[in-house]
Amino acid sequence: MAELSAGSTHAAVHPPGFHHQFEDMEQQHEAGNLGMWVFLVTEILFFGGLFASYTIYRSLYLPGFEAGSRLLDVKLGATNTAVLIGSSLTMALAVHAAQTGKRKALVLFLLLTMVLGAVFLGIKFDEYSTKWHHGLVPGLKWAPDEEMHNNAPLGSVELFFCFYFFMTGLHALHMLIGFGIMTVMTVKSWRGEFSPEYYAPIEVSGLYWHFVDIVWIFLFPLLYLIGGRY
Amino acid sequence: MSTAVMETPAASRVHYLNANYGIKSWLFTTDHKRIALLWLGSITFMFFIGGAAATLIRLHLIEPTGALVQPATYNKLFTIHGVVMIFFFLIPSIPAVLGNFLVPLMVGARDLAFPRINLLSWYLYIIGAIFVLYAILTGGVDTGWTFYTPYSSTYAHSQVIATALGVFIVGFSSILTGLNFIVTIHKMRAPGLTWFRLPLFIWAIYATSIIQILGTPVLAITIFLLGLERLLHVGIFDPAIGGDPILFQHLFWFYSHPAVYIMILPGMGVISELIACFSRKRVFGYAMVAYSSMAIAVLSFLVWGHHMFVTGQSVYAGLIFSVLSFMVAIPSAIKVFNWTATLYKGSISYDAPMLYALGFIGLFTMGGLTGLFLASLAVDVHLTGTYFIVAHFHYIMVGGAVMAYLGGIHFWWPKITGRLYPDGWARFAALIIFVGFNLTFFPQFVLGYLGMPRRYAVYPAEFQVLNVMSSAGASILGIGYLIPLIYLIWSIRYGPVAGPNPWGAKGLEWETPSPPPTENFEEIPVVTEEAYAYAEPEDGSHG
Repeated sequence: MAELSAGSTHAAVHPPGFHHQFEDMEQQHEAGNLGMWVFLVTEILFFGGLFASYTIYRSLYLPGFEAGSRLLDVKLGATNTAVLIGSSLTMALAVHAAQTGKRKALVLFLLLTMVLGAVFLGIKFDEYSTKWHHGLVPGLKWAPDEEMHNNAPLGSVELFFCFYFFMTGLHALHMLIGFGIMTVMTVKSWRGEFSPEYYAPIEVSGLYWHFVDIVWIFLFPLLYLIGGRY
Repeated sequence: MSTAVMETPAASRVHYLNANYGIKSWLFTTDHKRIALLWLGSITFMFFIGGAAATLIRLHLIEPTGALVQPATYNKLFTIHGVVMIFFFLIPSIPAVLGNFLVPLMVGARDLAFPRINLLSWYLYIIGAIFVLYAILTGGVDTGWTFYTPYSSTYAHSQVIATALGVFIVGFSSILTGLNFIVTIHKMRAPGLTWFRLPLFIWAIYATSIIQILGTPVLAITIFLLGLERLLHVGIFDPAIGGDPILFQHLFWFYSHPAVYIMILPGMGVISELIACFSRKRVFGYAMVAYSSMAIAVLSFLVWGHHMFVTGQSVYAGLIFSVLSFMVAIPSAIKVFNWTATLYKGSISYDAPMLYALGFIGLFTMGGLTGLFLASLAVDVHLTGTYFIVAHFHYIMVGGAVMAYLGGIHFWWPKITGRLYPDGWARFAALIIFVGFNLTFFPQFVLGYLGMPRRYAVYPAEFQVLNVMSSAGASILGIGYLIPLIYLIWSIRYGPVAGPNPWGAKGLEWETPSPPPTENFEEIPVVTEEAYAYAEPEDGSHG
């Protein structure tokens, strides 16, 4: 195709990874970064619809939301928070390794990031199965014990769990996508496709990964810590 | 800027259309110009599907008792018309077709920043369209394009989930297109092309893209939650557990009012280009027209509550939304006044694109002013849910957005195809469309004022004369839309060769041959002057 051949003529004078629509590597790098930031803005609005709705209902139905929150496992939630913050650290170290051209360190830190992501998803799965077991899944298996929700209005507890599953589910979906991106990046890093001149994909993937972490930083207190237990 | 491009017959020169052949070279292209043509074909197809639904609606309403279909079918017809026309024609129309083709050319770039994402955007549109077409063919959907809960989530017996999924998917297409434009306009302008040398079309597309990336995700999550609620029979809009259906309306209109500006802002950008070219003048108050696009983008997010004056929103919220809605009229009026001021003492020629532009100014002004009726709290109580609203938004969306789209297609057609279309037929079609449009929708203002509600399959006999007028107008309008379809297709093969700049217009897109080469420019141009640097008429250089 014409685009491909045009790209290959440029390749003679430009480093690998250069796309023909740009004038130089710097322009490409800036465009890639701006593109990801704009995408993250759309993600904020995407989650924003849920956060706004959560805020409204929490102010309307605080007792039900507190009762719902008390049914979550804070220890697992806190562990997962620590795991994700750890994965952000390894991700930042991976970007640094890419900038300084350390291929082995880059692959190692990307793998560590993926391991921590997998630990998070594993713990999340464990939490979900406990909720299923206790009949706390709205729409699919909703049969909570009387004493569990402390006589709070059952409807608003169910509403809380709708938010719990929609918000953490959407977040987990983003983690899965991030996991896929990291797999691709690890393979590419292993093959040595990145260099201090061209590491934009690592940087941009890192931005995404940090964003997904930050979403969790907001989800954790909103869902796990509003029960007033401490 | 640079000297005129030497005229070479299109057939002997390699350009984006003949660079390679075969279905694969189109379906896997990353060339923004080819992707624009993929969009042109697909949205034209969807336009005629939405148009077929409109035709059936107008045929049905010829008789007070309904001439054609069962009431349940009628509900499906207006829903299909709304969903298809809004999400699958108007929202992509100017940005995805003209924007895709023109943004890189106008900013002097070789392509958009992310060509593969650009192609992905088209595929997402196709997948979304397949879902909606599937829903239409397997029983249709009857919720109205607004999908209000709890009807859509609980009571409707139609293909809500498939349609919602289609709208959800096409939303990502819109987001990615906006993202691509924002990055391209920020990072890929040619040397010397500062922000205030940009064509006003680019400013309009930029403002539109901001709305697309900020608004569409909210619609996406809302539609997603609606689909889940329908699937699971429980969710956050479910009154049985304390959920609030009004919340759905807030979230829906938080996107869907700005979406109106996604439809009209690019049209305003097109009109600025046409008015400048065919008046041979720089647009009066260039900076204010550019700023007004941004002002519309900002204000568009603060007015959604005017759709909910009578649906249970607090009176105080209603007051604030009313005031804010009036404020949107200011930047819109700035544009209209500045276009007319541009015409003043211009050397005006009435080519077909200009006829669409002049039609746009009149029709958009009527649509905008009747919007103020609806933004007034007390008047809205009488007019809401009547044909007055239907007429109002069709003056904006059809009289405004579609007229601008057709004007733009006629203006840049020689650049896109390298061919001219028959001018006489084009002017004739523009007039037919103008007449047919007014005959269709002006009676609806009167109908609404007299109290005829929208979305009903039957109506009192006293409204028949006006309804027959409207239906007669719709058939004229339909013919008006078919004529360009015929002569534009004809011109691709038989039209006279256009040359690089048949209108004598300013702008980088006219400095490259028609059709442009795949890489757009042999060398990236250097810009040394402001947009629309037409010689002033008092210099004696007009003619």
